[in-house]
Amino acid sequence: MSILESKIPEGPLKDKWTKHKNDINLVNPANKRNIDIIIVGTGLAGGAAAATLAELGYNVKTFCYQDSPRRAHSIAAQGGINASKNYQGDGDSDYRLFYDTVKGGDYRSREANVYRLAEVSGNIIDQCVAQGVPFAREYGGYLDNRSFGGVLVSRTFYAKGQTGQQLLLGAYSAMNRQINRGKIQSFNRHEMMDLVLVDGKARGIIARDMVTGELERHSAHAVVLASGGYGNVFFLSTNAMGSNVMAAWRAHRRGAYFANPCYTQIHPTCIPVTGDHQSKLTLMSESLRNDGRIWVPKKKEDAIAIREGKKKPTELSEEERDYYLERRYPSFGNLVPRDVASRAAKERCDAGFGVNKTGQAVYLDFASAIKRYGKEAAFTSGHKNPSEAEIIKLGKEVVESKYGNLFQMYEKITDQNPYETPMMIYPAVHYTMGGLWVDYNLQTTIPGCYAAGEANFSDHGANRLGASALMQGLADGYFVLPYTIGDYLSKDIRTGKIPTDSPEFEATEKEVKDKIDRLMNAGGKHSVDTYHKKLGKIMWEKCGMARNEQGLREAIEEIKALREDFWKNVKVTGSATAKNAELEKAGRVADFLELGELFAKDALHRNESCGGHFREEYQTEEGEALRDDENFRYVAAWEYKGEPSDAALHKEELIFNNIELKTRSYK
Amino acid sequence: MKLTLKIWRQENAKATGKMVSYPIDGIEGDMSFLEMLDVLNEELVAKGEDPVEFDHDCREGICGTCSLQINGEPHGPDRLITTCQLHMRKFNDGDTIVIEPFRANAFPVVKDLIVDRSAFDRIQQAGGYVSVNTSGNTIDANSIPVNKHDADDSFAAATCIGCGACVAACKNASAMLFTSAKVSQYALLPQGQVEATDRVMNMVRQMDLEGFGNCTNTGACEIECPKGISLENIARMNREYLSASTKG
Repeated sequence: MSILESKIPEGPLKDKWTKHKNDINLVNPANKRNIDIIIVGTGLAGGAAAATLAELGYNVKTFCYQDSPRRAHSIAAQGGINASKNYQGDGDSDYRLFYDTVKGGDYRSREANVYRLAEVSGNIIDQCVAQGVPFAREYGGYLDNRSFGGVLVSRTFYAKGQTGQQLLLGAYSAMNRQINRGKIQSFNRHEMMDLVLVDGKARGIIARDMVTGELERHSAHAVVLASGGYGNVFFLSTNAMGSNVMAAWRAHRRGAYFANPCYTQIHPTCIPVTGDHQSKLTLMSESLRNDGRIWVPKKKEDAIAIREGKKKPTELSEEERDYYLERRYPSFGNLVPRDVASRAAKERCDAGFGVNKTGQAVYLDFASAIKRYGKEAAFTSGHKNPSEAEIIKLGKEVVESKYGNLFQMYEKITDQNPYETPMMIYPAVHYTMGGLWVDYNLQTTIPGCYAAGEANFSDHGANRLGASALMQGLADGYFVLPYTIGDYLSKDIRTGKIPTDSPEFEATEKEVKDKIDRLMNAGGKHSVDTYHKKLGKIMWEKCGMARNEQGLREAIEEIKALREDFWKNVKVTGSATAKNAELEKAGRVADFLELGELFAKDALHRNESCGGHFREEYQTEEGEALRDDENFRYVAAWEYKGEPSDAALHKEELIFNNIELKTRSYK
Repeated sequence: MKLTLKIWRQENAKATGKMVSYPIDGIEGDMSFLEMLDVLNEELVAKGEDPVEFDHDCREGICGTCSLQINGEPHGPDRLITTCQLHMRKFNDGDTIVIEPFRANAFPVVKDLIVDRSAFDRIQQAGGYVSVNTSGNTIDANSIPVNKHDADDSFAAATCIGCGACVAACKNASAMLFTSAKVSQYALLPQGQVEATDRVMNMVRQMDLEGFGNCTNTGACEIECPKGISLENIARMNREYLSASTKG
């Protein structure tokens, strides 16, 4: 078993990044003009990297499947972005952000990467404000903060419930500046179909123009994959419909190790599923847990009466409600990390206390926040004896100013008014902590192939804290890759343009074409969605919030059988040489059918519970996750060997010099 | 619910399109409009016919990918939502629903209900940014205090999702609401002042080059905008443009 070289710089934790930046090679401005970089994905990580690398002078080509870089799914992030600015003076620091992130990730992330993330977090806010990102402000004109789960400080910067949108539009605007200068060529409605290796190095991609169906060869000296996560392997998730694992998976098939695929984040506050027609799930931001209180009825009869529509939640008195997070975790209460909150909701619903038709929902209630804010607003406006109605009116206004767009979104989907009746929520797949294995420089195991943002595995361990995905995407794109990629490219200044008529490009393009032909000419029995839904059901039931050995073994067999059936019997209508949504989906589902099996294999081998990976066999008497640091304190990086069942495991041991490994407690 | 769908079918940009009728049954009120189209497409695939292509991605109203002119209105009959947030409970059993792509010369049809909105990208590229390097060597964020009301107004303008409903709603196919939202976002912030003159001139020039029509203040764009972007932004852009023109 080989040892993965993480290339963590020597020296004390807080000096590593500075020292590394001083030690690595640079490329002089004149040489940068002769170097090409391909970036796949234009979300926060890809967009930020593209803008910065182009600004440095490299020739950048970006690729996205959307019709514009501005539509990458980072746009849907709602709640906020963390930064250790300590503007609130509540004791925050780089170390504390680092500590919270490592603890939140259940001690399964790499210390040095996480510390670097914390270190550059403040810079992100400076950068974004300079770009004109309209963050929320206080009346004094300074930036406002709020709290997120798993932490005891207020370090989250936000723009109402549209923080991801505003940050992405910031990165997009920085990209536009470079497009206008001719330094970025942006290929929209293009999908990366494969990675091209020349002499073992990533030297380009085969892309499909999704409008004409034409296959294109693009060469570069380095390829950055910033293509997001693989939550859609579950079919239903909060990811966009087009979010897929194709770029990362095709790189995996070419030699990039895939790390910790089983680490998936199931977000506690999503709108519950209503029926079989459901195509995706909608998140209600974690920021709502700042003010919303989560509960189910204390008595099962009440839960049943509510499910049958005989009782309303507002009819239940305080004593008849079980605020189970506040009960189980008094110190963090409703703001426990996502994995903990999700499991607690599942526990209550499995025990029969769920509150919607399907029994798969809990309440998120704003009544007490509305009263609290109302009283405060009345007081500050000099209203000494406000009536109950006035308090509620004022309180609703405050809540609307904070979460208005989320409340509106909820009402449109469910046809219920969350100002009047508690929201119903249930956990849903939201984010994947696993991804391509990268070293400290964000390079995968293929030289010249980098992975950034959700596509890599490095910073969030087994569970990501809220408002940290935006931070990581932008940190990787704006502040990490531009340095580390230069070190690699400094050896390429005399290489010259990479030709696209080489046998390697020829062969890879042929493989892509053959694969498309196979899809177009398969048996033609069942639609692509049929397979995707079946896969999603296996994943949710056997690889979801709770997993066990038997279920995982079954999942592996079932996914394998489903994959074989897919290649025999899938039906793809239309033509390969035109716009064809069915073919696009088929290519993505084909990859999910391989990844899904590796996911289950990874979950089966990890005989412990940590973060989002909860194995029923490994829990404390109180039902909390039971980690096994002695045997599993490592990153599982899988090498492609053909079938997912043949994948070879490589271990990167995680060393904690600056943090003491403890049982995570939010009590 | 039983419905009749009349949908624009067009094989590619060069082909001639036509309206085609599809009966559909078993539609539930909890389905989103796009989920209803998913049901139709599954039926078409089962019959071996080409499914209807339409743009969609996040399905939660923020990416701006989905479009559709539904019964003559961009994003359908409801207000302040995108098509993906429209639910079938807004329709009645037996309804006929007419579904077309967004119509504008500057938005050519790609296939069926998909249009090419890259003109919007080019308008942004002409000046929709602050020319600051992304090196991270900027000043501390709190050293630029911004009046809360200005910050809030700037944010409100910045929430434009670039879907193109404003253009589709306008009888002139004008992109003034879209362009002015970006101009306003920066005009309201101190960070945007330095380049204000060039920005508005360049963005407006590009907007005209793309073939969008002029604004005649009908206000249809504001009514149909899924994000409630205000007409005030157009007024602000006109002021910015006038003041930039006098600066020469």
